Amino acid sequence: MTIENNVLVKLTEVGLKQRNKWLVKGVSLIVERRKIVTLIGPNGSGKSTTAKIAIGLHKNIEGNVEKFTDKIGYVPQKISIDWTLPLKVSDFMVLTDELDEEKINEALKLTGADHLKNKNLGNLSGGEFQRVLLARAVSKKPDLLVLDEPVQGVDFTGEIALYKLIKEIADKLNCGILLISHDLHTVMTATDHVICLNGHVCCSGTPKDVAMNNEYKLLFGEQASQTLSIYEHKHDHVHSNDGDIKKN
Amino acid sequence: MFDDFFIRALIAGIGVAFVTGPLGCFVVWRRLSYFGDTLAHSALLGVTMALAFEINIAISIFIISSVIAIILVKLEKNTNLPGDALLGLLAHSALAVGLVVIGFLSFIRFDVMGLLFGDILAVNVDDLIIIWGGGAIILIVLKIIWKPLFASTVNYELAEAEGLNPDRAKAIFTILMAAIIAISIKIVGLLLITGMLIIPTAMARNISDTPKKMVIFSICGGLLSVIMGLFSSLQFNTPSGPSIIAAALLLFVISLFKIKQTIQLKN
Repeated sequence: MTIENNVLVKLTEVGLKQRNKWLVKGVSLIVERRKIVTLIGPNGSGKSTTAKIAIGLHKNIEGNVEKFTDKIGYVPQKISIDWTLPLKVSDFMVLTDELDEEKINEALKLTGADHLKNKNLGNLSGGEFQRVLLARAVSKKPDLLVLDEPVQGVDFTGEIALYKLIKEIADKLNCGILLISHDLHTVMTATDHVICLNGHVCCSGTPKDVAMNNEYKLLFGEQASQTLSIYEHKHDHVHSNDGDIKKN
Repeated sequence: MFDDFFIRALIAGIGVAFVTGPLGCFVVWRRLSYFGDTLAHSALLGVTMALAFEINIAISIFIISSVIAIILVKLEKNTNLPGDALLGLLAHSALAVGLVVIGFLSFIRFDVMGLLFGDILAVNVDDLIIIWGGGAIILIVLKIIWKPLFASTVNYELAEAEGLNPDRAKAIFTILMAAIIAISIKIVGLLLITGMLIIPTAMARNISDTPKKMVIFSICGGLLSVIMGLFSSLQFNTPSGPSIIAAALLLFVISLFKIKQTIQLKN
């Protein structure tokens, strides 16, 4: 693969309008191999929508989506497994793809979930379930990983470990990652590009290192502050109720 | 005791049970029991069409049920009514229109009870061919769409994001539902077809911890229900459909004790 076609997905001025309201508008982004692009923003800012547009889950969109791979691993934001369906972790791992035993074990081990293999999906805790979701997404060695709030329900230490893990996965699998976080303060140093959304792209760029931030050092320790970083910015506009944007 | 008609009914019932097992699992997992009811009710209209135009009953039911399913999808898109209201609207309208049309077809001798509750005396060799041939096709198609259908049952977006085609699988599954109703109507009767889909599956849920086990136990439960039901139907001269469903209910009640045991073991 040459350097030129390292682009996995390219969004150009995409937007989605539902019930006369723009959910997102004018979003452009590129995810490249071995790069981590992080979308941040408050609730309802269109992060998940943008991710879904990128993987082709939304029809009738404006703008242009170019996908250069079909090997996509997806960790959705909300997933509730119905207990009417008895499902073990090992069954869940082969949900969309046939995998041999070895690959299943390898993926579960990678996310620290190998001890959960024979457990029923309904009996997992939030954090355990996130690890299994991540394991499933990486198990088929995708080119593009789309992770919608992959650390939700995971405790602080687990959260840091998972972020580190995601960073490792990007290198190990040689894949691109589109990561979503609602937490404005918790973005990895590993992130190559941060896009702040609020219905549109507020701002974007490389994240600033959080190592300078003493509060983070206090909260997570020296080790964690190397993993976590802060993305600071000021907004130059306000949002009205109908989704319009006014410059200050 | 083993008259020819009974053997035919038994073979027919066994064929039906093999198909309702796996389909029933999806009906339960995807919460489609009321949808099954709606298709089954519309089958009455299919029967009257068959009588009026002198075509095969199973084929006629299959066509009408499929049409009703398509109408449902269109209504869901174009109205603001909730799904269950639309299902109720279609189910009862189809049943009512079917019964009204039967009223007009007074020149035809017609056993409404047999149609509603199943009639083992009515099973002929043609029906056996339709049940086993149609059943085999249903199972083969289900096997083909299993992965996208199952994956989208667990999580629709996950399935779509990772390159499966859940919408197509769902559409094909709807057609399979219409087909199973068409082939099982003579044995179970149209009022109780959904019971045949759900009750053995519910029993299976109580005693299984993987989807595969649930499908297998569901088939076993269906087979046992059919055999027990048909024998008692012959013995006590009861209609076949209710006898089969009552047998299935009995198995379900027995399976409840298994749950109780498992819960006690856990504590």
